[in-house]
Amino acid sequence: MLRMFRIAAIFILALAAPFASAKEREVAIGLQAAITSIDPHYHNLSPNNSLLLHIYEPLINRDPNGKLVPALATSWRAVDDLTWEFKLRRNVKFHDGTPFSAEDVVATYKRVPNVPNSPSSMATFVKPIVETRVVDPYTIVFKTATPHVLLPSDLASVYIIPKAVAEKATTEDFNSGKAAIGTGPYKFAEYVPNQRVVLTANYGYWGGEEPWDKVTFKILSNPAARVAALLSGDVQMIETVPTSDIARLSQDKDFALASKVTNRVIYVHLNQWNDKTVPFVTAKDGKPLDRNPFKDARVRKALSMAINRDAIAERIMEKKSVPAGQLLPDSFYGTSRKLKPLKYDPEGAKKLLAEAGYPNGFALTIFGPNNRYINDDKIAQAIAQFYARAGIDAKVETMPSSVYFTRATKGEFGYMLLGWGTESNEQGSSLRSLLATHDPAHGMGVTNRARYSNPVLDKQITEALLTMDDKKREALIQTAAETAMGDTALIPIHYEVSTWATAKGFRYTARTDQYTLARDLRPVAR
Amino acid sequence: MLAFTIRRLGQSVFVLAVMSLLVFAGVYAIGNPLELLVNPQADEVERLRAAAALGLDKPIVEQYAAFVANAFSGDLGRSFVYNVPAIRLILDKLPATLELAAAAMVLAITLGIPLGLIAGLRPHSWIGRTIMAGSIVGFSLPTFWVGLVLIMVFSVQLGWLPPNGRGETVLLAGIPVSFLTLDGLRHLAMPALNLALFKLSLLVRLTRAGTREALMQDYVKFARAKGLGPGRVIGVHVLKNILIPIVTVIGLELGSVIAFAIVTESIFAWPGSGKLLIDSINQLDRPVIVAYLMVTVTIFIVINFAVDLLYSFLDPRVRLGGAAAH
Repeated sequence: MLRMFRIAAIFILALAAPFASAKEREVAIGLQAAITSIDPHYHNLSPNNSLLLHIYEPLINRDPNGKLVPALATSWRAVDDLTWEFKLRRNVKFHDGTPFSAEDVVATYKRVPNVPNSPSSMATFVKPIVETRVVDPYTIVFKTATPHVLLPSDLASVYIIPKAVAEKATTEDFNSGKAAIGTGPYKFAEYVPNQRVVLTANYGYWGGEEPWDKVTFKILSNPAARVAALLSGDVQMIETVPTSDIARLSQDKDFALASKVTNRVIYVHLNQWNDKTVPFVTAKDGKPLDRNPFKDARVRKALSMAINRDAIAERIMEKKSVPAGQLLPDSFYGTSRKLKPLKYDPEGAKKLLAEAGYPNGFALTIFGPNNRYINDDKIAQAIAQFYARAGIDAKVETMPSSVYFTRATKGEFGYMLLGWGTESNEQGSSLRSLLATHDPAHGMGVTNRARYSNPVLDKQITEALLTMDDKKREALIQTAAETAMGDTALIPIHYEVSTWATAKGFRYTARTDQYTLARDLRPVAR
Repeated sequence: MLAFTIRRLGQSVFVLAVMSLLVFAGVYAIGNPLELLVNPQADEVERLRAAAALGLDKPIVEQYAAFVANAFSGDLGRSFVYNVPAIRLILDKLPATLELAAAAMVLAITLGIPLGLIAGLRPHSWIGRTIMAGSIVGFSLPTFWVGLVLIMVFSVQLGWLPPNGRGETVLLAGIPVSFLTLDGLRHLAMPALNLALFKLSLLVRLTRAGTREALMQDYVKFARAKGLGPGRVIGVHVLKNILIPIVTVIGLELGSVIAFAIVTESIFAWPGSGKLLIDSINQLDRPVIVAYLMVTVTIFIVINFAVDLLYSFLDPRVRLGGAAAH
């Protein structure tokens, strides 16, 4: 009898043991935004790009600091101004067992511009390539029509899939998992739109063993629900911790926070579409002004000086923001050490306004979104209060981003609060998008909603973007940034800091690109 | 009868047409979906390509004409965001919402009517007062806040129930339902209670008021005088008479439970259609918004139609022909 019990006990233990250890290597992560597809070329959307990086890999990857590091390519170099040579990694296998080679890269780049019904494709990244030559299975050469220094950075956004998949798979095949085949550290297991994505470890991964056997990503868009899921142990990590919970979580020793300054700047564009008039800016008595005050660099500078960036960072952002003096934080490529956040100086602002012919200030309406950036509506409110001290009457109007961005793009606002994440992590591209004279056909000033125009700056940007030498180009971009900021071409407010919270026993290496990657989440000894 | 059905059908088609036109124009007025869909770093060429791919490059009138033409062949368009037929996206999510709404209604009815009856029979006892105080709390606290408190107590502090999501589902007549599995019930409990709370309080108060009024009536006094037991007096004479207004209210509230589910769904990350609608509105995913409202309108039309038929069946004085009334 006793023996039978013993056997039964051993049997139960034997059953339970692998279960217990398997549980150890499982982790659940709470995400903020929905994953709209498993097709890596269907929707160029940050949450998608972040999650799909587990399944697929680009030729070049980015480390947590945004630096380019080898992935499927082991090295790359510019042979001349128009030619790039990439050496590919050997002995890499896709999840279905087929070996990776240059043909897969060719087929992938061919598919990218031709994904049916894509709401935002990756075509921009491969478009500069006018000719592709496969030298051998592990060497590939790209030709561009004009010097294109950002090619390695662009290709870091395009994930490689097997040739057979690239040639015929539809977006639906990816979503069902049939075509979700990459070389990445995790394999596709399940995708339920707007609910969850489940991944399992790829044990044959070339980059070595991953910390987890199974990862479940849950979509928890409500911030309070996301925090509750972490507190109750339903997930072990959440991204985008709401600022209201940061103080509480940082004091609780059962949880740890990881945060890092991001490549997203929150800034103000001042409408300069017209010399004479500007929407929602008037004299204090409501009468129209005789000219557009935003055309005057002194007025722009005064509006920048009147903002207390430290107070915004301290009181509204719970210190999860860094006051900004340019378009990217100091650690990024092309930023100038000379550019510091403008000091808060309401008296100086008043003086400058008087010099510009507005001794009594004027009245304006601050427009902003209320569901796009961290605390966007509170930032707008705070700016209005600072302006009161500098003698400017400011009203605030915020609206959902679905309404806001359409109107902002049409130039319907005078003073608009916006944000910009520089995906290439180098300041040249953000200067070109935000501040070059609006000329979308040539890719200049595509998102210049202010229609700011400065021929000197245009020339500096164009020159920088055509310079292949890294050191020289950086110096040129820095000069361009100094020109732009010296003219207060826009008003930078701060860089967002993104924050992750982990349960006890886990540690996350925070990233500048705001990606939430299971491979950067590690168990720590309790 | 036939004339009534045909006229009703004609009205329904008209309502659907007006509805789709309004939503189309409404979404058009809100903003341009491309502003939210296309990556801001993309260039002009990419923007134009996306506009053409989604059919947004054509004038709005043409877009609407194309939509109507497709709708007649049963195609309500593909989601801009997910690139799947909008109707499939909705039908995938609808069972979860209907299950949540039904569970909440069942909770509200099975708890609300007995509690209201007790409170009505013993209005001055401590139990009657406690029930009434509780119903005030249920009435006045916002659903959002109660949901968070429930999660804090039952998931974070006690660790009894999972804080979000829908549990394991099984197929019942081809529809995935979660109330037949233990895991499903554990996930369903808190959202259903959260959603039921307001209706529960409403039913308690309604039942109590009805009971107190009925107890004053002569027929109750007479029944008691006749020597009937309290069980029969309450069960047959009181309850049966007060049920008429309660049933009417339950019918009316069923629709609003589905509508209010949006708040509960977002707190508990319940994968229902309310959450889908809100997300779609935020992303200006027009095909999903239009299809969702078309489905909702259709459901309401069908329910109303059924109610009308049922009414004429129950009450012979009501005629559906309409001709006699004029």
